[in-house]
Amino acid sequence: MAGIATTLIRTRLVAANRPLTGDPAWIRWLVMSVGITFLVVTLFIPLVAVFTEALRHGLAAYFASFTDPDALSAIRLTLFTAAISVPLNLVFGVAAAWAIAKFQFPGKSLLISLIDLPFAISPVVAGLIYVLMFGAQGWFGPWLHAHHIKIIFAVPGIVLATIFVTFPFVARELIPLMESQGDTEECAALILGATGWQTFWYVTLPNIRWGLLYGVILCNARAMGEFGAVSVVSGHIRGLTNTMPLQVEILYNDYNFVAAFAVATLLALLALVTLVLKRLVEWHASRQEDSTQGALS
Amino acid sequence: MSIEARNITKRFGAFTALDQVDLKIESGELVSLLGPSGSGKTTLLRIIAGLEHPDSGTVHFNNANATHLPVAQRKVGFVFQHYALFRHMTVEKNISFGLRMLPRSKRPSRHKVAERAAELLSLVQLEGMGGRYPSQLSGGQRQRVALARALAVEPRVLLLDEPFGALDAKVRKDLRKWVRQLHDELHITTVFVTHDQEEALEISDRVVVMNHARIEQIGTPQEVYDQPATPFVFRFLGKVNAVKGGLAGPTPVPDELDARHDSLAFVRPHDVEVLRYPNGSPTLAATVEHTNAAGSVARLDLRLRATGELLEVELPRARHAELDLKPGEAAYVKFKKVRTFPAADAAFASEPADAA
Repeated sequence: MAGIATTLIRTRLVAANRPLTGDPAWIRWLVMSVGITFLVVTLFIPLVAVFTEALRHGLAAYFASFTDPDALSAIRLTLFTAAISVPLNLVFGVAAAWAIAKFQFPGKSLLISLIDLPFAISPVVAGLIYVLMFGAQGWFGPWLHAHHIKIIFAVPGIVLATIFVTFPFVARELIPLMESQGDTEECAALILGATGWQTFWYVTLPNIRWGLLYGVILCNARAMGEFGAVSVVSGHIRGLTNTMPLQVEILYNDYNFVAAFAVATLLALLALVTLVLKRLVEWHASRQEDSTQGALS
Repeated sequence: MSIEARNITKRFGAFTALDQVDLKIESGELVSLLGPSGSGKTTLLRIIAGLEHPDSGTVHFNNANATHLPVAQRKVGFVFQHYALFRHMTVEKNISFGLRMLPRSKRPSRHKVAERAAELLSLVQLEGMGGRYPSQLSGGQRQRVALARALAVEPRVLLLDEPFGALDAKVRKDLRKWVRQLHDELHITTVFVTHDQEEALEISDRVVVMNHARIEQIGTPQEVYDQPATPFVFRFLGKVNAVKGGLAGPTPVPDELDARHDSLAFVRPHDVEVLRYPNGSPTLAATVEHTNAAGSVARLDLRLRATGELLEVELPRARHAELDLKPGEAAYVKFKKVRTFPAADAAFASEPADAA
């Protein structure tokens, strides 16, 4: 027995020093360099380019770009839009995931498909839907005009389009998580006398917090970075209805490269921060997952 | 508190989980619901708890109709098979959950809550573990925490849904003894769901044997074991030999077996007497196929000559040594205690799903 065990261990040690597939070295190098080259060309160089272009005329010119009232207004509008759409989608996402994961009802699979719709549809089409509904020639156009409510080519349209596009992030993140957790902890809480709200607040929410945060981070990144849908409904009114991505396009088309790239650096930084946060949350979530699995075994 | 289920029916789609079930549990009793999976025992427990609603029929607590009482107001303690501890809370927070969720006017002070949690921790023999998380405990410890959590709110009834199903055999035995002791101390009406007959017979005051959405028999452990009402109960509780009636030739078993050709005789392995030679009284001839004396009793497999059926027999070891039967030798058997059921009924009860 001991002899077999030793042989097994030795075989494993030898195997560890050799690649599993046994491909020749040159193939491994080739595959790896193709992968790395691709990453450098498509991701790394553009990222560096954004920062070098923004800083081409020095730090003074870079920071001067942010004193421009139009740029400031774009930053404000982007933050405002995210500040409305992210909390709304958080509430909606939790509600939808709760309903789908913990209850059985007719039309459930239809609801799941509907939640996925914004992922499936082109953002431009999403924007056009709102123009068709609320635009001057749209279904509700005349009524809105008569009541002096402006949605298209105004901030409400931008917020609506952003909400639509970022709709699935939170729900999609939570549904599988909540389904895997089941409902026995909730049942236990109810039997112990907790109200529905207490059960949600003290039992359900703590169990999904990392998944929820992850969804919110992704939702926020998309809300701030969305271009297509917002572009259709915005009307590109400088200083009024331009978000940061739209402002970058306008500045670029004006040949104002330093300013365009300066605003772009903010979006790039947002992306980097998002990645770091995402990584942190994933790390925490996997630790929680470990302890959960411990609890089930 | 007494519990009564009256004429309960529950269906899940095309599957009938409970079919017009009536059950009365007296105050302070420890009753187990015993049956194979799919027999409806867990559904009945969940209906008593308020986690499911019956399609028809009513549930009464202390003779008051509780059918439509919301879960939170039933004041029942429930222990789940897979513990269902709150994974993000410490053991102490788990135990005190029910107290902390009380409306402000009824909620005890922080100090009182901590005191009660400590008390329950010592009751379930987990002193000093209050700061741990469920993932840091063993299965048996987790289930004791779940029990403490259920008891914290001073429930009127304690409901346990296969509480030891996920534990290994040793822990399971210790825990069920301990639950029985706990019940003798607290005298809280307890309903216990299990598919393990040994568990049910060992700890219950009364056993409710269920099969196919119906109750087959209700009785003390001794009643259901010694006087099974149906072939199913006979088979489900312990080992049994089913021997065809209408045996050819002189029959050693009660006359009724002889008369009814379409019946099955049920006899427990330890109710068979084995002889080396026919002693004048009616016996059945058999051939020894296998003997095994390892264990507290000796086990013999005998083939009945008349019908070719295999008979499992358990003998005291002393008697086995005295007989000294070897495979291939002839033996003669008498049934000390036998019950016959019409063959049609008996066939219905064949092969309970997990009689183990």
